[in-house]
Amino acid sequence: MSELLIEPSPHIRSDITTQKIMLNVLIALLPSVIAGTVIFGLRALVLVVLCAFFCVIFEYLFNLVTKRRQTLSDLSAVVTGVLLGMNLPPTLPIYMAAIGSFAAIVIVKQFFGGLGQNFANPAITARIILMLSFGRSMTSWTAPIDWSAPGTDAVSSATPLASPESLPSYLDMFLGLRAGCIGETCIAALLIGGLYLIIRGIIDPVTPAAFIGTVAVCSILSGHDVLMQLMSGGLVLGAFFMATDYATTPLTRAGKLIFGIGCGLITSVIRFFGVYPEGVSFSILIMNILTPLIDRYVHQKPFGAKKEAAK
Amino acid sequence: MKLNSIRLPHFNAAAESRSSEIRLPGQVVISMSQHGGVPCTPVVAVGETVRTGQLVGQCDAVISAPIHSSVTGKVVSIIKTLNVFGKTHDALVIETIPTQTFSDEIRPPVIESREDFVRAVKESGSVGLGGAGFPTHVKFGYDPKTVKIDTLVVNGAECEPYITSDYRTFMEDGVKVADGIRRIMQYLDIKYAVIGIEADKPEAIKKMTELTAGDSGVSVVKLPSSYPQGAEKVLINNTTGREVREGELPSSVGCLVVNCSTAAFISDYLKTGIPLIKRRITVDGNIVNKPGNLIVPIGTKTADIIAAADIRVQPDRVLFGGPMMGTAIYDPETPVLKTINAVLMFADTKRLEQTACIRCGRCVRACSMGLMPTEIEHAFDLRDVERLRKLHVSQCMNCGACSYVCPAKRNLSEKNQLAKLFVREQLTKR
Repeated sequence: MSELLIEPSPHIRSDITTQKIMLNVLIALLPSVIAGTVIFGLRALVLVVLCAFFCVIFEYLFNLVTKRRQTLSDLSAVVTGVLLGMNLPPTLPIYMAAIGSFAAIVIVKQFFGGLGQNFANPAITARIILMLSFGRSMTSWTAPIDWSAPGTDAVSSATPLASPESLPSYLDMFLGLRAGCIGETCIAALLIGGLYLIIRGIIDPVTPAAFIGTVAVCSILSGHDVLMQLMSGGLVLGAFFMATDYATTPLTRAGKLIFGIGCGLITSVIRFFGVYPEGVSFSILIMNILTPLIDRYVHQKPFGAKKEAAK
Repeated sequence: MKLNSIRLPHFNAAAESRSSEIRLPGQVVISMSQHGGVPCTPVVAVGETVRTGQLVGQCDAVISAPIHSSVTGKVVSIIKTLNVFGKTHDALVIETIPTQTFSDEIRPPVIESREDFVRAVKESGSVGLGGAGFPTHVKFGYDPKTVKIDTLVVNGAECEPYITSDYRTFMEDGVKVADGIRRIMQYLDIKYAVIGIEADKPEAIKKMTELTAGDSGVSVVKLPSSYPQGAEKVLINNTTGREVREGELPSSVGCLVVNCSTAAFISDYLKTGIPLIKRRITVDGNIVNKPGNLIVPIGTKTADIIAAADIRVQPDRVLFGGPMMGTAIYDPETPVLKTINAVLMFADTKRLEQTACIRCGRCVRACSMGLMPTEIEHAFDLRDVERLRKLHVSQCMNCGACSYVCPAKRNLSEKNQLAKLFVREQLTKR
């Protein structure tokens, strides 16, 4: 008889792998990438693909330089790249996208220990870094391509949150026919992707529900146009794809609920009282920082736990 | 309380295969350590001839059960074998002879009182046949003045993939299971009994419902078909709704748990007096052509079971017990113990590489004890005793659900066991 394998139990494992999870996130992002390309043109697609490319290269180089095992096959760098691309305006210069990718992968992710160890969402943090470094380029928007009038050039425009006087219709907002970041405008595509992730069990719906729900409640209480608030900015993108990032959000369902409500409150405060049209990014970053604290105190209740040991 | 659980593939190809007796092995190796308790000392010497059912190992400690010869033959040597807990113990090597005869010691026990019953169960060598192997007489020997037991919980969940030995016990020996339950209730004066069977075994549920229809206080509870239903605390919660607190025994909530095969054995023993010398095991795995259930003498070598199975290729992994909690054995000479309910054989199994935890929380949602395995792993890596205690690591029963669902293929349940041991060591140091 050949040598027998000895391993600790269990001896069977589920099919799920990190790579499959990341692949599912990429599949969920696909509708938004397509929508972004249709709305803003090929330049948008090029930017997203380049971001993914830069992220992969930077992760490869970092692992090479630091003599770590290559981790590209887990696809997490691709996810970060695509998410970063979705968070950029379609006309951003390529070198800025490269700097953003470097910040996301090297500074935010790998410096803190790589996949699962980073305390902040790489794509969100990179977006904030770009925003603070290249404010003008990061806020120069283009209007959606008018496919009914071919030959027209991209026109610079303002995001609805920044200039409330020229609001698009609800339908245009839902379909994404407004100025904005590549992946954030088409609510329909984001909802398809988000729903896919929920159905596949990749994300817990409690986070986006709490996040979006809180913003809705705050909008009603402060007398804002609720639907417009929900569909503008990066709220839906952030709620489904960034606030659900495993590494930087709480482990438990109760923790996720607190996280989502916190994101919603901070977003509302920044939107209604702040000067930046940047509520979602900052709210997620701030709640990312609070995540270890939430995880420290919000535990799943152990079965039959004795009271004196519970605290 | 609704507990977390996971879905597992069933792989129960052996379910409808009627048990058959294995051909008498040429040699059996009877370990003096059949379960987690104190090991026995041999009471026979090398060169002696022993008969089937004869007492061969004895121990005075409480958490222990006597051991009987499963065959007729000659003790040729006493060797050292490694048990599943990684400790070395004596084992009798008995060479069988063709004419198998029962020992004169065998006679049905006379039972007139509760004490007689507990003593008889002790003399039968009975241990929990579900896998944990806790000596049955210790469970039964509680003091009814201080411990109030009102419900006998019969474990027929059999939640692990592949294993069908308990199911076959229901289907082939359902009458004995029902009788065993009646006897336990009668002698220990327990009012109610619940038989927990997973929903994916409707035939067993139907059969046991019919067989216990005339018994007052006995009911069959259909358990969800998810893992782990057979874990003691989970089973009690899902059959009676009672919550066994951390560090407590089932008796703290008035429950006594026995495996269905143990109940069937007790019924048999009271009628015949034949001690626990053989048991039903499931033989299956990805190289087994005809999955089935075998009745084997305790001490049968794994190699003999592999030889009896119809296999396509030689195995590279052999398990005692199910794939979730079973032990991988390294030596085909390893003998079957009283607690082994399956011998599973696999080939082309992969050793999985662990990757970084992505904090997806699947382990947290899988844990029926409500623990947070990934946090436990972090705390253990930091050797943080206080944090481990706050995370209630001692509640882990090693069901393996966390490791099963982990996308990074981390050995979480192994880490939990190491953490439990570490906490125990640190606390005794103080």
